[in-house]
Amino acid sequence: MADTANPGAGPGHSGDGETRRDFLYLTAAAMGVVGTAAVAWPIIDSMNPAADVRALASIVVDLSPVEEGMAITVIWRGNPVFVRHRTAAEIETARGVALDDLPDPETDEARVQKPQWLVMVGICTHLGCIPKGQRVGEEKGEYDGWFCPCHGSHYDTSGRIRKGPAPRNLDVPPYEFLDDTTIEIG
Amino acid sequence: MKKLIIAAAVVFAGLQAGTARAAEDTDPPARDWSFSGVFGQYDRAAMQRGLQVYREVCAGCHSLRLIAFRNLEALGYGEDEIEAIAAEYTVVDGPDDEGEMFERPGLPADRFPSPFANPKAAAAANNGAVPPDLSLMIKARDGGADYVHALLTGYVDPPDGVELLDVQSYNLYFPGHLTAMAPPLSEDAVAYGDGTPATVERMASDVVSFLAWTAEPAMEERKRMGIKVILFLLVFTGVLYAVKRKVWAGLH
Amino acid sequence: MSEFKPTNPVIRWIEHRLPIFSFIDHAVGSGYPTPRNLNYWWNYGSLAGIALVILIITGIVLAMQYTPHADYAFDSVERIMRDVNYGWLLRYIHMNGASFFFIVVYIHLFRGLYYGSYKEPRELLWMIGVTLLLLMMATAFTGYVLPWGQLSYWAARVITNMFTAFPFGETIVTWLWGGYTVGNPTLNRFYAFHYLLPFVIVGVVFMHIWALHRFGSSNPVGIEADGPQDKIPFHPYYTVKDLFGLGVYLTLFAALVFFAPNMLGETINYVEADPLVTPAHIVPEWYFLPYYAILRSVTFDIWFLSAKLIGVILMFGSTLILFLVPWLDRSPVRSARFRPWYKWFFWIWVFDVAVLTWVGANLPVPPYLYIGQVASVWYFFHFLVILPLLSIFEPTKPLPSSIGEPVLKGGGASAAGAASKPMEKA
Repeated sequence: MADTANPGAGPGHSGDGETRRDFLYLTAAAMGVVGTAAVAWPIIDSMNPAADVRALASIVVDLSPVEEGMAITVIWRGNPVFVRHRTAAEIETARGVALDDLPDPETDEARVQKPQWLVMVGICTHLGCIPKGQRVGEEKGEYDGWFCPCHGSHYDTSGRIRKGPAPRNLDVPPYEFLDDTTIEIG
Repeated sequence: MKKLIIAAAVVFAGLQAGTARAAEDTDPPARDWSFSGVFGQYDRAAMQRGLQVYREVCAGCHSLRLIAFRNLEALGYGEDEIEAIAAEYTVVDGPDDEGEMFERPGLPADRFPSPFANPKAAAAANNGAVPPDLSLMIKARDGGADYVHALLTGYVDPPDGVELLDVQSYNLYFPGHLTAMAPPLSEDAVAYGDGTPATVERMASDVVSFLAWTAEPAMEERKRMGIKVILFLLVFTGVLYAVKRKVWAGLH
Repeated sequence: MSEFKPTNPVIRWIEHRLPIFSFIDHAVGSGYPTPRNLNYWWNYGSLAGIALVILIITGIVLAMQYTPHADYAFDSVERIMRDVNYGWLLRYIHMNGASFFFIVVYIHLFRGLYYGSYKEPRELLWMIGVTLLLLMMATAFTGYVLPWGQLSYWAARVITNMFTAFPFGETIVTWLWGGYTVGNPTLNRFYAFHYLLPFVIVGVVFMHIWALHRFGSSNPVGIEADGPQDKIPFHPYYTVKDLFGLGVYLTLFAALVFFAPNMLGETINYVEADPLVTPAHIVPEWYFLPYYAILRSVTFDIWFLSAKLIGVILMFGSTLILFLVPWLDRSPVRSARFRPWYKWFFWIWVFDVAVLTWVGANLPVPPYLYIGQVASVWYFFHFLVILPLLSIFEPTKPLPSSIGEPVLKGGGASAAGAASKPMEKA
């Protein structure tokens, strides 16, 4: 009975038996790992957005009431989307910047579909606060665009990061113009 | 073995409960559904016809509040068809920027609107009896699909001596036989787009196929996954038995 | 048995500061010496542990999606079934997991009764086990209320109303409900308890295992192991045996979850709770049916005690009496293998419980009512009269001198013959 305490070395039969035994142990262990992983996935995936949440992924926005120089904020997937009707001066300023001056180089043309309409997700790319500058009279930062009060990121009139800790320009969501003054976001 | 049988009896004695209780009423005849059995799946053509029956016949009184138009994808409809179906409905949304509720055409993410604003309105319009929501109907009645099918086709003239009120109908399968639901289906109550003759029998089994899906939309995925899981577990258990034999073989 | 000597330096470093590895080794590893003759009826303890873990894991993720509010609970469960990724799977596992937990624990309990596992020095181990059963019942009951279907609601209403059988009952019940009927406050607190109790169960399970390790597992022969020759290390022998048992268990469980997930449930619970309409037939979940049958068997007042009060007392008493079993059964012999009379009475009692289960599922009218009354009386008669009498009058069979010795009637030729029978069914 002495060897029962160390059963791994217990029944030391011939080489053939040992190979068969090792194969069995490996198969069992491998199937155990596969089975556990297969069980883990539904549990993890259940925490991802559910079908009803995913179904609300697109919204239609009527832009006709938004006059030049005004902005509206709409909710898309629970987050604010900034839609700004830019003035000619703002567009000009945005297009006059040299790419070398930008921490995240991107032309203004690449960020809009129609120059006067700037559409972007209103969430600071630093740590997720909502930048100021949408409403009349709010602090707009050193570049006359948006300013994030949490950690002092300054965005220009194209929503590009110019100064402060944010690593990227404000994100542009997928959207398309259904007609001249209607967009579908998402 | 004897002990095993007794143990099993203890565990499963409760299962007889359902049959024992339904005994007073006529049992619905068992039917062969495309979705019964281990490999059974839904019949998409029947479900599409069933949706039509629901929309044209049942929806006048019965809500289907757990089902969104987007769910109709499971019936085999494409995105455009779903948007078209949804747009045929008017849903109340709001409040808008003026604080008013407003009406708009339905979108795929909307659910089927209910025929009545609330249960009280439903009761008032139906002589006090609220027509139940149909989303879970097949799972919510003993006998399930067989029962609902039998109910829809089980209207007969009352036997002698049974007096009916104006609002009552006599049904072979309804518990107590007297139901406030007038016979909902009649020959050619709907005109099927695929040319299937709209017999009462056909419409009843189609709408039951549709409602079986609304009650248990994950059934097909469940059964497909179940077959894989059980095959895996059988092999795994076999391997574990071999390992067990191997480990214990050293013990003498 | 072997002393725990890790070779891996990291494990050694940790072990020196926090001896957790040797703790595990002594609990379920090679450091736990176990009788070598345990049969498959001894699998159910570890199976119960795994059933509990399955319930806790699925329960935690379900809790992330569930809304404990009377207006939203039913729909939030249906949202889990329809929209949440794999929500239907998690919910069906959780729902049927509760049934399987009870199956496993009931078999575990029956095994304890058959083999006299509750006898000295394991009385407290047994009593902790009965406590676990009570905690399970409370957890199952509070959990059943959460989907807020018709039976959820009416089960909550009927069960809580039992307290009105006692003095100040109305006050107690109002306090339990947080209102004048079962309502949103009730649902909310039931949810809180349903989340709390499983972790209490885990704590008590540790005490159960702690008490188990004080004297080690009992065994089918019922005599204590004499020495090392009667014992084998838990790992790998019983870990692998338990794993095989787990495989069988999971296969059966998967068959239910994937192909008959609503078989053990009641259809009417797919109708949302309506406080103004009681369903025509209300029955509890199958694992409560025997108690329900006992409750309904009392249809008459006795002396100054109302039928209601007696019914409630007997219903609770049917479980509480298990606490007394170590003292009701004074027979010096543990295992029913050597107790020819007890063996019969044990199976009659099991049959009696099966009858109560069946009666509980039917309406309390003749003949079910009378059958239930006879079965209820027998249930208590078994514990209160038969067990003490057997202790005195039963002629027991001679016990083998050790686990390793051949069982006498078998007349085995060698000690090895007996020892190699650990796989036999009881």
